[in-house]
Amino acid sequence: MYFSELVSRLADGFLITVQLLGWSGLFAALIGTVLAGMRVSPITPFRAVGTVYVNTFRNTPLVVLFLIAVVGLPALGILQDSFFWRAVIALSTYTAAFVCECLRSGINTVQPGQAEAARSVGMTFGQTLAIVVLPQAFRAVIPPLASVFIALTKNTSVAAAFGITEATYQLSNLIRDFPGSLVTNFIGISIGYILIVAVISGTASLLERRVAVAR
Amino acid sequence: MSSVLFDVAGPRARARQRVGTVVGTVLVLGLLGWVLWILWQKEQITPDKWEAFTEPQILEGLAEGLLDTLKAAAVAIALAVAFGLVFASGRLSDHAVLRWPSVLVVEFFRAVPLLLLILFIFFGLGSTLGTFWSLVLGLTLYNGSVLAEIFRAGILSVPRGQSEAAYSVGMRKSQVMRMVLMPQAVRAMLPAIISQCVVALKDTALGFVIGAAGIVDEAARIYISPLYRNPLAVGLVLSAVFIVINYALSRLAQYLESRMRREGRQVVGEEASAAATG
Repeated sequence: MYFSELVSRLADGFLITVQLLGWSGLFAALIGTVLAGMRVSPITPFRAVGTVYVNTFRNTPLVVLFLIAVVGLPALGILQDSFFWRAVIALSTYTAAFVCECLRSGINTVQPGQAEAARSVGMTFGQTLAIVVLPQAFRAVIPPLASVFIALTKNTSVAAAFGITEATYQLSNLIRDFPGSLVTNFIGISIGYILIVAVISGTASLLERRVAVAR
Repeated sequence: MSSVLFDVAGPRARARQRVGTVVGTVLVLGLLGWVLWILWQKEQITPDKWEAFTEPQILEGLAEGLLDTLKAAAVAIALAVAFGLVFASGRLSDHAVLRWPSVLVVEFFRAVPLLLLILFIFFGLGSTLGTFWSLVLGLTLYNGSVLAEIFRAGILSVPRGQSEAAYSVGMRKSQVMRMVLMPQAVRAMLPAIISQCVVALKDTALGFVIGAAGIVDEAARIYISPLYRNPLAVGLVLSAVFIVINYALSRLAQYLESRMRREGRQVVGEEASAAATG
């Protein structure tokens, strides 16, 4: 009785966790890429915006961002009737700062000599970027990017504190109906998160091996 | 300056960049103005939304909350360092009996969401531990596990010749660790440890969820009160406080790291801590 209820509620919870993860991951990747482009651009105001964004969002606790997005944004008339999408805003703006730093340090691992060599054989800026710099940067970026998405997976749990019925929320939800089930709930939910983390790091190492090149 | 993406700009590129700078400035200012305009229109920049922060009583409460937050973070970091040392040496042990449990503990607490851990501790032991120690215990287990990995990386970053030399003059393993590896490793790890302090301080805000005393809990009382109803203003003030403290800490870590690199030392960089991933 308890066991089937545990499984069904965890399935419900993790479905929402995965949805949060998917949408926030997508938006974080998009915003983070734009920011990284701004941070390496030669135009000063864009660089400044990138820097200010990263320092602002990286140093604010996620709980405070949730507070602003979930409790504060309705006052501005933004997404008034969707807790889910406001949580996605908090998660993706936070994670974008880390994605940006990841991509930027990836670009910086490529040695300037590589681009200089490409330019000296007459490649245009676009060719240099597409054929020489980005493929090398991509390789360097996979492991840290995987860590960022793993952190995002764990961070989706904060949504539980703001009324979203994802996996972590089920911990207290299940205790209400089944007193004394705390430890098994905790273990069950933990296993769920560990599985998601395993999938992400497994995919990352697969990708890494695919693009690995001896240097 | 030449970078991997751009050569040193010539006269034409400089002219283009000047145009870009002007256009960019206009765009950025326009965006900023637009945000301020929305805030103004929705009556968020009015005295009644912000006057809470001029009341001495409220400011005092926030200062006390901040002190509680800093206290929880400091205690948690101190305990986490101890936890990290124990489990890092466990992981580096020659005895499988010590090694495997250490690996298991460290990997488990790093993989589980911190909030889930804090809630579990609070529901299970909260009645005896209270909110403060539930929060600190959760922070300790998580940050201690991350620190254990940093310590391990730091010890492994000491050149092998150092421990070989120590063994060859007849030191035992514990002596090598205590007298040769640790002193050199701690210096290498200092930047990563400070970055981890930033993470711990940010995570202390999670105490809000279990009602632990702290600046977020204190601030939440302001916007809940029917007098103010200003969650946006409260959130912005809170994030400003955290940004100032965390930015100062990150700069300190960066400064130490760059100084050590200049001196040609081994450094366990920020990438090793959770600071790089959130």
